[in-house]
Amino acid sequence: MDPVEIARWQFGITTVYHFWLVPLTLGLGPVVAIMQTLWVRTGKERYLRITKFFGKLYLINFILGVATGLVQEFQFGMAWSEYSRFVGDVFGAPLAMEGLLAFFFESTFLGLWIFGWDRLPKKIHLATLWMAVAGSVFSAYFIIVANSWMQHPVGVELVDGRPVMNDIWAVLTNNTAIAAFTHSIFGAIAVGGGFLLGISWYHLWRRRKDGIDRVDTQGYVVVGENTSIAGRDNEDHRVWLTALRIGAVVAIVGFGGVAITGDIQGKLIFDQQPLKMAAAEAACTDGTSFSVLSIGDLGSSDCNDVAGIIEIPGLLSFLAHGDFTTEVKGVATLVPEYQALYGTNIPDDPIYGDRAGTEINYVPLMEVTYWGFRLMIGFGGLAAFAAVVALWLTRKGTVPASKWIMRLAILGILAPFAANSAGWVFTEMGRQPFSVVPNPNPSGVDGVFMFTAASVSPGVSAGEMLFSLITLTAVYAVLLVVEVKLLVKYTRGGINSAMPEAFHKDEHDDGEHNDPNDPDAAATRRANKDDVLSFAY
Amino acid sequence: MDVLPTIWFIAVAFLWIGYLVLEGFDLGVGMHMLLTGRTNKRRRVMLNTIGPVWDGNEVWLITAGAAIFAAFPFWYASLLSALYLPVLFLLLGLIFRAVAIEWRGKGTSKRWVRTWDLALGLGSFVAAFMVGALLGLTTTGLPLNENGDRVGGAFAWFTPYALLGGFAVVGFCLAHAAIFLALKSDGPVRHNSRKFFVRWGPLVLLPIVAWVLVIQYNSDKLWPLALILIAVIGVVAAWIFARKGREGRAFTGMAVFIVAGAASIFANVFPVVLPSTLDPAFNLTVSNASSGDYTLGVMTWVAAFALPLIMAYQAWSYWVFRRRVSDHHIPDAHSIIPAILTKAGSATTKK
Repeated sequence: MDPVEIARWQFGITTVYHFWLVPLTLGLGPVVAIMQTLWVRTGKERYLRITKFFGKLYLINFILGVATGLVQEFQFGMAWSEYSRFVGDVFGAPLAMEGLLAFFFESTFLGLWIFGWDRLPKKIHLATLWMAVAGSVFSAYFIIVANSWMQHPVGVELVDGRPVMNDIWAVLTNNTAIAAFTHSIFGAIAVGGGFLLGISWYHLWRRRKDGIDRVDTQGYVVVGENTSIAGRDNEDHRVWLTALRIGAVVAIVGFGGVAITGDIQGKLIFDQQPLKMAAAEAACTDGTSFSVLSIGDLGSSDCNDVAGIIEIPGLLSFLAHGDFTTEVKGVATLVPEYQALYGTNIPDDPIYGDRAGTEINYVPLMEVTYWGFRLMIGFGGLAAFAAVVALWLTRKGTVPASKWIMRLAILGILAPFAANSAGWVFTEMGRQPFSVVPNPNPSGVDGVFMFTAASVSPGVSAGEMLFSLITLTAVYAVLLVVEVKLLVKYTRGGINSAMPEAFHKDEHDDGEHNDPNDPDAAATRRANKDDVLSFAY
Repeated sequence: MDVLPTIWFIAVAFLWIGYLVLEGFDLGVGMHMLLTGRTNKRRRVMLNTIGPVWDGNEVWLITAGAAIFAAFPFWYASLLSALYLPVLFLLLGLIFRAVAIEWRGKGTSKRWVRTWDLALGLGSFVAAFMVGALLGLTTTGLPLNENGDRVGGAFAWFTPYALLGGFAVVGFCLAHAAIFLALKSDGPVRHNSRKFFVRWGPLVLLPIVAWVLVIQYNSDKLWPLALILIAVIGVVAAWIFARKGREGRAFTGMAVFIVAGAASIFANVFPVVLPSTLDPAFNLTVSNASSGDYTLGVMTWVAAFALPLIMAYQAWSYWVFRRRVSDHHIPDAHSIIPAILTKAGSATTKK
């Protein structure tokens, strides 16, 4: 097998997986921090409960993001050593900044937050969470700076054929990075909103199903309680309704942001990576219409094999240039341009192994780019629409009793994740055959590019790569199952799963050492009350 | 003399040493949970001594890796691709360990807890061993060709030096964690850990001492002997203080030992960052493996700002959690039950 293919599968699998966990961390973190802020400012019980409950889920997920992030940090050197040597002068800097300025922040302050309940003063404890969340956001910024440099190389000069950084500011303010960073953050916020919405929906539905909440003749909620179920008190209803509403609003805000930043990003890509956008459109010839549905052999370079079924005239030009008439170049026009600029064959250099001298296919897998682009927009739009519907359906204070709508709400949690993944698959596979993309219409630095086929580690065998691909995929799969099971378990447990102390206050007095005449037992009890950590592993 | 690359060699050494000092005891605590933590309660006491700080400690490794990438891309590329399998196992060990720490307490069944204890203990062992192998080999050399690529197949790295480095770090972690647990816990864990350190410390520290001496023996520098002397004073003091029950001083002694010992290794190999065992002409050095001066300059400013800050807030987090952990601090595990109405008309509220 070809090591390049294996290494690409490994990078793709580990990265898409990592970016299931990260958007939830990025999206849920700020929400939990805002809830805790509201609690600290208002002292209202419901905000504390939302903080604790979603904070628990946040942590269950956070750790897997940390664990899989380790692989991201090291696999450039492991599997892509030629790439690392070529770009190290500029690409390593944002990664090191991420470590120095973001990861330390995030991990240290999150540790303080997890264990700091009741130990740190309230406001300082709140500040630790905000610091940790800020750390997560900084880290997203730095890693996207690194990625965006691969899409749009700036801030370097070529010295002996290798890019050497000469302007860190240009790298950090790369327009592609700013657009991609904000796009990803809003995408993550949408994930967090959808997560809150789906889970709160389940609990409101459960309360109705268990006969705790009822609706009156006009459909307005009549809130009840059931003291035999830990956590199902009056306040519980307010908790879920608040979380649901906030979740829906957060999701809508997220999608609004995604749309705006996506539009900006789209125009940048049309300018900087025309072939990627042509491939996203499966646009064979130049034109102005946006394809809603095309069929046929999308991957074919013969224009007769692709048939546009539904097209919106002018929309493509609007997306690319902001008007309805400027033609957007198709693949058939662009490929000869790329061949003229970057050659028709991989250089005949032994370092490229079996790939030396082979012909370069400049067109990304169009089935993937075409559908990746549409799934991203489709899932995103669907979820935004669902969030609006959810707000309307819950206007009378609870959710419909329908089990199917509840299931849809739970399933809806996945839509923003799918949109995120589709977007990254599109932009990364649309980058092929390059690892560092040349920008033929350069606002970037001309001539800085690298073929993916030239990027892998020459010294690493296909066997090693296959072994790691299989091992990592298997381990990741098992861990995903465990994570989802834990999330489901803690979700079903409701508030009681996250703050048992609120519902079992008298526990220690029911213990066996309850002899009031026994001084030792009394001492133990006192010690327990004073000393027990409010959280321990 | 290359000023900036030298500064960055020192910075990378600093990050690695910081990693060993801090995560040394984290990894060791993981191993001790299998080795000397006899009951669940004791294992939980052990785990909670590192609970709030372990993740921050691990970032020293990530940052060491990223700093090598930024400052010495050729070192980063050659080292990690040559050690493809050891680094893979290092990552797997760290992955299992990380999720085990967070997820262990999220279930109450014996099987669940046992499984994650194993993941934590073995993950820590494997990670410590692979870090050791990686450091051992980067200081003794790998079969690299003129492009810096490994020659000789997937197991070309598997040499006595890999084993020496691996056992050196594993042994160090065990000793370091024992004195850390004695300092940070109370009750049986404190007692047993101190006993472990006094009885087994001298033995488990042998490989790391051997590694330091091998590097010194192969070097033509003499002045790092001063560092080795400091390391020896540190470790002997640690052992004497541990016997007397002065845990804080003993821990300080161990910290001095690893800082000075590891520093002597980095001092001796300088300016070579990764020797080639095939031909010294292929050695990666601070001059031929480093990034340009502009990049190094930028990163110097970032590090000069960030590192003192990092040390300050990490120190603060240790201060916040300065109290010893013992049995009675550990809350009972509670089962998570669905908040759902059961058939009988009421949910089980029993623990």
